[in-house]
Amino acid sequence: MNVIVCVKRVPDTEARIRVDGSGHAIEKAGIKYDMSPYDAFAVEAALRLKESSGAGEITLLTLGDSSAQETLRKGLAMGADKAVLLTGEVSLDGLATAKVLAEDLRGSDAPLMLFGIKAADDDQSQVGPMVAVLLDRPCVTGVSTFEVDGDKAVCHREVEGGTEVVEVDLPAVLCMTKGPTEPRLAALKGIMAAKRKPLEEKPAAESPSRVRLTALEEPPARSAGRIVGEGADAVPELVRLLREEANAL
Amino acid sequence: MANVLAFAEQRDGQVGSSAREAVGVAATLAGSMGGEAHALALGGPGLSSSAASLGAFGASAIAVGEHDGLADYNPEGYADAVVAHVQAGDYGAVVFPASTLGKDLAPRVAAKLDVPLASDVTAVSVVDGTVSVRRPVFSGKAFAEVSLEASPAVVTIRPNVFQADEQGEEGTVSTFAPDVDPGSWRVRVVERKGASDGKVDVTEASIVVSGGRGMKDPENWNLLEDLRDAIGSDVALGASRAVVDAGWRPHGEQVGQTGKTVAPKLYVAVGISGAIQHLAGMRTAKTIVAINRDADAPIFGVADYGIVGDLFEVVPKLSEEIRALKAGD
Repeated sequence: MNVIVCVKRVPDTEARIRVDGSGHAIEKAGIKYDMSPYDAFAVEAALRLKESSGAGEITLLTLGDSSAQETLRKGLAMGADKAVLLTGEVSLDGLATAKVLAEDLRGSDAPLMLFGIKAADDDQSQVGPMVAVLLDRPCVTGVSTFEVDGDKAVCHREVEGGTEVVEVDLPAVLCMTKGPTEPRLAALKGIMAAKRKPLEEKPAAESPSRVRLTALEEPPARSAGRIVGEGADAVPELVRLLREEANAL
Repeated sequence: MANVLAFAEQRDGQVGSSAREAVGVAATLAGSMGGEAHALALGGPGLSSSAASLGAFGASAIAVGEHDGLADYNPEGYADAVVAHVQAGDYGAVVFPASTLGKDLAPRVAAKLDVPLASDVTAVSVVDGTVSVRRPVFSGKAFAEVSLEASPAVVTIRPNVFQADEQGEEGTVSTFAPDVDPGSWRVRVVERKGASDGKVDVTEASIVVSGGRGMKDPENWNLLEDLRDAIGSDVALGASRAVVDAGWRPHGEQVGQTGKTVAPKLYVAVGISGAIQHLAGMRTAKTIVAINRDADAPIFGVADYGIVGDLFEVVPKLSEEIRALKAGD
């Protein structure tokens, strides 16, 4: 079964984020970038599906500038077969991004398109279900694991306080969250092989953003509070402060 | 002049705090747009009695779509019903909760309406007739102010951030039968597990008790469960990434980047050192308590109150003291 996995290059989740002098962008110096972790869950899920079914091709797709090649090479090193980079600007308008991706995916007959549930930079949780609407495909979000069963997929989905089992007709869009298996690390052999795998670069379709960024700010500094004391002896004072000062109990 | 629609999420036929918060935000926006706040609730037969309560929180009209097929959430049925309602109403903005349901539904509605969406917003305003919002990016390591240059502006609002104020007025309730066809749905929920056993989700609880690697063993979570029970209802358990990765706790409890972002009234971090990804997910809690044996742990840098010490002595004592306090209330 052919699978398309849409990925995004984002600052590593360990990165300390600072706003630059313009007040509209982050300070890029010193930031390490990586594939968004949820997208890595999606790549891992695609690889496992391919390993268990033994057939099919995994294609990675991203929108970004040429630096996103690095992210695609990582996915290829993990085991994906080929990659497509749509060169264009990534805005805060998830629908604009979804339109660009959908435009490229429109002719695809891949039964599964996988996304991360959200990108770890904009945290929007939008693009996957929006692409599904634009392509008129059914979509399940928050999928931790799934199995393909004939012409449908059975998905396990996280919801508040529990899980759901959801059946979806193929072709479908699934938006992945963390599952029971960690994304694999690329082995040296995979990294070498990735260099020879096809990576196509082409201009993205025009899709103007209708979300205008007016300011980017660091969160208000949270001043360190006080150490109430040491050990169990400090508990009565803590409880008093929580009740009388913080009004939290 | 434009009205604003709040989507009122229901679970088991009852609207809850997420619906009240959405109505509150819709009322704020409607006030700035010179219109009225309306609410839309979708569910099974009998929903209208619970949905009627939203009038007191600022909804002048409450539309209740009742259909057997909509008793539980279905993405296709709900999206079609919401889009039909929005298109019939000429709304300037539509407000959803940023719950699991809202985050699944709102992008579908926005895409069908061909308008952009701002997710998980923590503040809203109207500037020169355009909806402007503040929202966390990088899991709360920064905040973006964005304006939505299309109408209706669609937003999902972060739980626990907006106050729902009772205004004591009544809204007009109208019940209708949504035009949906369950037979055509390509997504079907076949089983629900654990979602209705009364457990409150970590993103929605007003108090979160979280454990990290310092707990040493998954069996020791009985200490945190006891603390949760001592504090009372509306308390959820959370966990650090390290203990979720170790398989001690389910991913649904993970707080931080690659987990949930929470904004409770009180966050108690037990045996959590405070990695940057964890801090990003909980730093907007109103009050933070840290219990850790390492006085240099980064968690103390964001905590309002800290106790340095052995959690296996501190936590049982804390449960005991809180029980004594509550007994005196």
